[in-house]
Amino acid sequence: MILSENPRILVVMPAFNEARQIRRVVEAVRGQVEGDVLVVDDGSADDTAVEARRGGAIVATHPVNLGYGAALQTGYRYALRRGYDAVLQLDADGQHDPASIPPLLGALAHADVVVGSRFLDGSSYRPPLLRRLGMWLFGSVASALSGQRITDPTSGFQAISREALHFYSHERYPVDYPDADVLAMVARSGLRLTEVPVRMLPSPPGKSMHGGFLKPLYYVFRMSLALFLVPLRSEKR
Amino acid sequence: MMTANQHVFAMAVSVVTLGVILELIRRRKLREEYSFLWVITTLGMLVLSIWYGLVEWLTRLSGAVTPTTTLFIFGLVFLLLISVHFSTVLSRLTEQVRRLTQELAILSAERDDARTRAENRTSVDPGREREAS
Repeated sequence: MILSENPRILVVMPAFNEARQIRRVVEAVRGQVEGDVLVVDDGSADDTAVEARRGGAIVATHPVNLGYGAALQTGYRYALRRGYDAVLQLDADGQHDPASIPPLLGALAHADVVVGSRFLDGSSYRPPLLRRLGMWLFGSVASALSGQRITDPTSGFQAISREALHFYSHERYPVDYPDADVLAMVARSGLRLTEVPVRMLPSPPGKSMHGGFLKPLYYVFRMSLALFLVPLRSEKR
Repeated sequence: MMTANQHVFAMAVSVVTLGVILELIRRRKLREEYSFLWVITTLGMLVLSIWYGLVEWLTRLSGAVTPTTTLFIFGLVFLLLISVHFSTVLSRLTEQVRRLTQELAILSAERDDARTRAENRTSVDPGREREAS
């Protein structure tokens, strides 16, 4: 996508019970990008929406918790409807360094989906062994399916062009874990995909989307099935 | 062969089940579009309970030893089909709920955005507003 002189950027941040630091993260992001910040509050029980508004964000609230992917998609649909040129998405927990936003947006000049990779040029990000193994495995499969190297399939730090937003707004977009399979679909649909190195900030203690015992098992099943189905489906843009 | 008691009991169960299903549909507790498999199942039960010869024929055809096995197999297959059908219905409902929730979130965000813009327009002096936009 060729960005126009003054592209309208929408920053999308899905948030579930992030009241503690959402305001600080929104303010940090607003310091880096000229554009609106949309926080999608995915049915939080705490004051996430109030805190996000204090930080200067527009807030879209799901009355019920739908999942990470669905929250992202709400952001994509909002962006399309309000005529934004591109979306920059990042997590609300403050792990994604706002300083990495400009290079992500810059890479949109020659790509439709720019993924911020935490593994390119020897970063400090070292997930636990089992998770690293899973990321490597699914990353390899996604790379094979898409015909290009994907080093960080689970990264939620991305820049997305308007063309790709149309692709993402379809109901094929998964509600729970949109990662390796979505990237493989993107590349196979003819949209241009690229990775840019990003920096991670130390993650806040506690919660992870992949915590617990059953969730990782379900994730492995879910992602294997989704990746298996990718070559069996023909996705139209 | 079936005893008379068995025959009557099987028919009674089928008739009552069919009656319950039809009554649920009539009172709109069960929507017509989801009742298809249930009506087929209960009609099948009724036919099999009346016409024992069909059960014996199906037993020979499927290679089962006793007619009871045939009945159990058919019962299981129908239950399986019905639960798969439910899963597809559930998937559709999930998709619809997601669409609705997202739509609601987007509309409320747009409303809030419009409201804050309107408030800024009235509170901030016009010169600064023009600069900002």
